Amino acid sequence: MTLTRRELLKIGGGGVLGAGILPFLRVLPAAAATDDVIVGVHGQTINSLDIHRTGTNRPSYQVAVNCYDRLVSFGTMTTPDGGLSYDYSKIEPELAESWTISDDGLTMTFKLNPKAIFQDGSKVTAADVKWSFDRAVSAGGFPTVQMKAGGLVRPDQFTAVDDETFVITLDRSSKLTLPDLAVPVPYILNSRIAMANATAEDPWAMEYVHKNTIGSGAYKVVRWDPGQQLVYERNDAWTGGPLPGIKRLVLREVPSQATRRALITRGDAQLSFNIPNKDAKELSGDVKVFSTPIENSIYVVGVNHKFEPFQDPDVRKALAYAIPYEEIFQAAAYGRGNPMWGGSADIDSIDWPRKSPYSTNMDKAREHLEKSAFAKGFEVPFSISLSQTDWMEPTALLIQESLAKLGIKSEIDKIPGANWRTASLVEKRLPLHLEGFGGWLNYPCYYFFWAYKDGHLFNSSNYRNEEIETLVDETLHLAVDHPDYAPKVKRMFEIAFEDLPRIPLWQPALNVATNGATGYEYWFHRQLDARKLAKG
Amino acid sequence: MSPRLRGILFRIAQAIPVVIGVVIIGFVLTRALPGDPAVYFAGAAADATSIAEIRKTLGLDLPLPQQFLIYVGDLLRGDFGQSISTGQPVIADLASRLPASLELTLVALLLSCAIAIPLGVMAATRPGSLIDHACRVLVTAGVSLPTFFTGVVLIYIFYYLLGIAPSPLGRLDFIYIEPDRITGFYLIDSALAGDGETFLAALRQLVLPAITLALFTLAPIARMTRAAMLGALSADFVRTARAAGLTGRTVRYTYAFRNALLPVVTTLGMVFSFTLGANVLVEKVFAWPGIGSYAVEALVVSDYAAVQGFVLAMAFLFVALNLLIDVTYTLIDPRIGFEAS
Repeated sequence: MTLTRRELLKIGGGGVLGAGILPFLRVLPAAAATDDVIVGVHGQTINSLDIHRTGTNRPSYQVAVNCYDRLVSFGTMTTPDGGLSYDYSKIEPELAESWTISDDGLTMTFKLNPKAIFQDGSKVTAADVKWSFDRAVSAGGFPTVQMKAGGLVRPDQFTAVDDETFVITLDRSSKLTLPDLAVPVPYILNSRIAMANATAEDPWAMEYVHKNTIGSGAYKVVRWDPGQQLVYERNDAWTGGPLPGIKRLVLREVPSQATRRALITRGDAQLSFNIPNKDAKELSGDVKVFSTPIENSIYVVGVNHKFEPFQDPDVRKALAYAIPYEEIFQAAAYGRGNPMWGGSADIDSIDWPRKSPYSTNMDKAREHLEKSAFAKGFEVPFSISLSQTDWMEPTALLIQESLAKLGIKSEIDKIPGANWRTASLVEKRLPLHLEGFGGWLNYPCYYFFWAYKDGHLFNSSNYRNEEIETLVDETLHLAVDHPDYAPKVKRMFEIAFEDLPRIPLWQPALNVATNGATGYEYWFHRQLDARKLAKG
Repeated sequence: MSPRLRGILFRIAQAIPVVIGVVIIGFVLTRALPGDPAVYFAGAAADATSIAEIRKTLGLDLPLPQQFLIYVGDLLRGDFGQSISTGQPVIADLASRLPASLELTLVALLLSCAIAIPLGVMAATRPGSLIDHACRVLVTAGVSLPTFFTGVVLIYIFYYLLGIAPSPLGRLDFIYIEPDRITGFYLIDSALAGDGETFLAALRQLVLPAITLALFTLAPIARMTRAAMLGALSADFVRTARAAGLTGRTVRYTYAFRNALLPVVTTLGMVFSFTLGANVLVEKVFAWPGIGSYAVEALVVSDYAAVQGFVLAMAFLFVALNLLIDVTYTLIDPRIGFEAS
């Protein structure tokens, strides 16, 4: 990706960056203010253009979204605060024009949009889809795990029947398959270019796709300076949806929060992605702030069942009654997101996340603790991650203070970011800790699959309940409108609130500020989808 | 071969064991870091199999001695490895980030010297005067304000309130394209290319972070200049020079100042090396793509190759810097020998 100054000026179309206006820009450096360029800032770094590559970090997932198409996508809806959000209930065409699913649910046939072309002008064929899917299930690591969630495991499940017909054969019918095709991972690459750049050691062209975008998506990356900036440019031949309202998006990495805040307030940046809750609260009014509660995500207190006092259900309930929920919500979340406490004990719906039936009540907390074998209290380390101190530290301090009133002594144990996943999720050795899993596929059973099943990654509490094990297995692939689904899911909620391996605190929000940009849309992957952006 | 050249070669030879030591220590220390890069980079929803796969891809499943041998073999071929956190070869990261840090640090030090040395000399020649007190106040203020604080205040005043500074967006505003790479220093490269526009743009971006760093480095240089100058002015040779009827100016600059320069140069060397590694906070505040923030981010995620590359690059830099300072000594004071003895 080398680009000389001259070339960039040339592709500046319409003279956006034409040399003629440079003297003017020198006077007004804020003149990103040309009509079709948006400057965005974020605090993270993009480390690859390929979501399938080993070690690709979360912020880089946006490249898969913005520069590539999938077979299908989700619809769009309006949120209560006037913003846009993707709509999980609607699956819409992206590269596939239409699709059919056999009666037994085992064969899915996709008809590709015959007009769809890659950014080099060649036609998108079923062979490209097959190659891309083969790559995703063979790459290993995160993409392969995500494909597996939808029942997509082996290359022999994918067949290119003719140029425009692609067939997926499943081992079992599952409601997760179709939505799993709309997540960023199963994106469609230009297999011809990829194979031309593949080698014997690198059959999937990982090195090439790492640095080049070869999709059919709404944008292409014209410049990537790792650690500094990423420049997207609109693909005018995009067929996957309405063209973006801007010609170019310049995404700069600005590590300091204070600097990002100054930039968005001054309007030199038109979009600041993932701003802290505190800024979201203080900036709204000056600039437009969107705070969207993250679907299927809850911040919880993890109560490890390996730790002896927590094997006693009364101790766990004492904890749940002792947490100062409202204070935490105000101090750590600045009121952004949704409270997850003080709900009704009667489980009347399968909406998730759901408010737990607990709320702050020190008398009840004492009552439960007295009933337990640990009436006099005990000592327990309270672990938090050093890289998530923004919410974990105030939360842990408030809980520590409250537990002290019950005679439960806790010492705050701060674990470095690199070690946090190993300690909390892989070794699951933290007795009392904070955790914040969110599931991409928006079903309660999917959340329970990751967070409540024994041995699964986000079950950091070593929780095991035979009934939950069975219920999750039974509901995971079951259609939501199946008569058995709702009663089984409600039963899972009941057990979860009774056993309390995870005590819900609140549903976090994703905050984005705009100042002169419109069309920001929230997505479950929590990265910037720039496809609807426009100036204004 | 002249004695000085032989001395320099001998010093370079002396650096070899140091570099070998740094290679070993760097390797062992990064492995001793808490945290498991395989787990970290396996991503959000990784299971045990995918973590194992990634460990294998990263070569972390091999025994440590074998990993070390592979690492040394790669180093000898000039391959510093691949940084997982930036996804780039470490050597490319260093090549783009080291000049960024060097440019900022050098400009800041030049600025700092231009103020601190005259100030220190003036304070020493008139101890107890107004200028001496002014020097003390400036020095105390400079050293007691943490750099990130000064940086944020400067941004607030000159960018946010007054709007005269450019957006604190790193080395160049996004509308400019970086000059063709020759040295990696934007100021030099754009000047060589005769591109006045980009030169000015790069300079404008440099002003605030350079002032921030200069304020911080002012203190040791000014204090050291003042102390060394005071010492030199009260020395016997200065009294002799005065008695011999030399003018105050000649005494001050030809005799006293030249002798006072030695400790100042030593301090400069120390301040330079310290600043280069320690200006992480300035880099973060000004979105400066420098080496300090690179190393810190790599450390946080246990990115072994990047940390080792950073340590090694710094070691080379310090060896070169010390050599440069020693050579400068001999230029300032011919009495200091540089022979291989």
